[in-house]
Amino acid sequence: MNNAVFGLTMLVVGMGGTLATLFLITLVIYALAAFFPVRPGDPEEKK
Amino acid sequence: MSGAILSGLGALFEGVRFLLTHGGPNAIMIAVACAMFWLAIAKGVEPLLLLPIAFGCLLVNLPLSEVMAEGGVLKTLYDFGIGNELFPLLIFVGIGSMTDFTPLLANPRLLLFGAAGQLGIFITLLLALALGFSKEAAVSVAAIGACDGPTVIYVSNMFAGMDKIPTAMVGALAVAAYSYMALVPVIQPPIMRLLTTRKEREVKMPSPKGKVSKAALIAFPLVVTVITGIVAPQGLPLMGMIMLGNFMKVSGVVPRLANAAENEIANISTLFLGLAIGGTMAGPQFLTRETLMVFGLGLVAITIDTVGGILLGKAWYLLSGGKVNPLVGAAGISAYPMAARLVQNEGQRWNKHNYLLMHAMAANTGGQIGSVMAAAIMLSLLKGLGII
Repeated sequence: MNNAVFGLTMLVVGMGGTLATLFLITLVIYALAAFFPVRPGDPEEKK
Repeated sequence: MSGAILSGLGALFEGVRFLLTHGGPNAIMIAVACAMFWLAIAKGVEPLLLLPIAFGCLLVNLPLSEVMAEGGVLKTLYDFGIGNELFPLLIFVGIGSMTDFTPLLANPRLLLFGAAGQLGIFITLLLALALGFSKEAAVSVAAIGACDGPTVIYVSNMFAGMDKIPTAMVGALAVAAYSYMALVPVIQPPIMRLLTTRKEREVKMPSPKGKVSKAALIAFPLVVTVITGIVAPQGLPLMGMIMLGNFMKVSGVVPRLANAAENEIANISTLFLGLAIGGTMAGPQFLTRETLMVFGLGLVAITIDTVGGILLGKAWYLLSGGKVNPLVGAAGISAYPMAARLVQNEGQRWNKHNYLLMHAMAANTGGQIGSVMAAAIMLSLLKGLGII
């Protein structure tokens, strides 16, 4: 594989993969908030 | 008798003779070590890392030094904890223990800034390839864009262990990474001002309303570890160790282990890692054209990271009808919590009633996850392409 193809593959799949994975984690965080709602006694968000 | 005395005296002056005849590169590196001492002590630039790195650099460049020879103290440290990636990973346990993901869990969408803040990695990779670096060297240089010293050392040392890049390059990459991380307060503000309008910088963002349950905080590191393990198993040691440190902290049941990770383990690993990395900076191997290019490309990487984050912020500003301050995007890098504080300061500079800190902290912790995820994905891609 030549350097140009390698670089572009890394750019597209690497950046795309990072974005997609973080988007997935974002959805998971929303799901966590839904599954584990705040209860009395949970720590307050730090200001 | 007199001959023996002269031979003995000659042996004592062997070092001076070496320095005068072959010691040019060593002398330059000793000067570099002194510059690092000055930066660490007088300017407070990443002293925890720069000071031991500089001392290791000094030790290895003294004439006829054998600290990096087989059995030498720095070589032993290198083999013990760098050659097998142990020290960077132990530092990651400490970093995880020091990181608070609460702002991110309260405002999850800001995690996407952590992806935009990795743009510099991939653009720098292209640039390094164009400049003639090998694929492995280009990936190592690009990792500086992660703004994360242990990640850079982990990735580059993996290639050094395979003899794909020179060992001296690991030292150059580590010094470049830590230097630019320390220079984030110098590098970022001009870019923030250049790419945003005054109106954009003045946008007030209300404090996040959502609270975070303890159960969600505990589940988060486990879930991220599992996702990383499935998507990019090559980077699992990196993400796994960060999340282990965080899990110990948020679980609340092992305060002694969390404290040890945050203090003793992180401190000892940092000292040994710094010394061993300094030991790779022997003048004759370190002073090459590629090493100098590493420093130039590192600056490009961190600049493009900032640009990527701010451009996503500007897009978000437009799509949200002006509700998102684009400055927050600049915090989507791994320099934690420095980048978040910079965004807060820059926001208040243009609007005294603006409190962007919690949003910036969310983006900043997103940047930490994003940088490790980008490195993990790069390593898994390299594995998939048959390069490692």
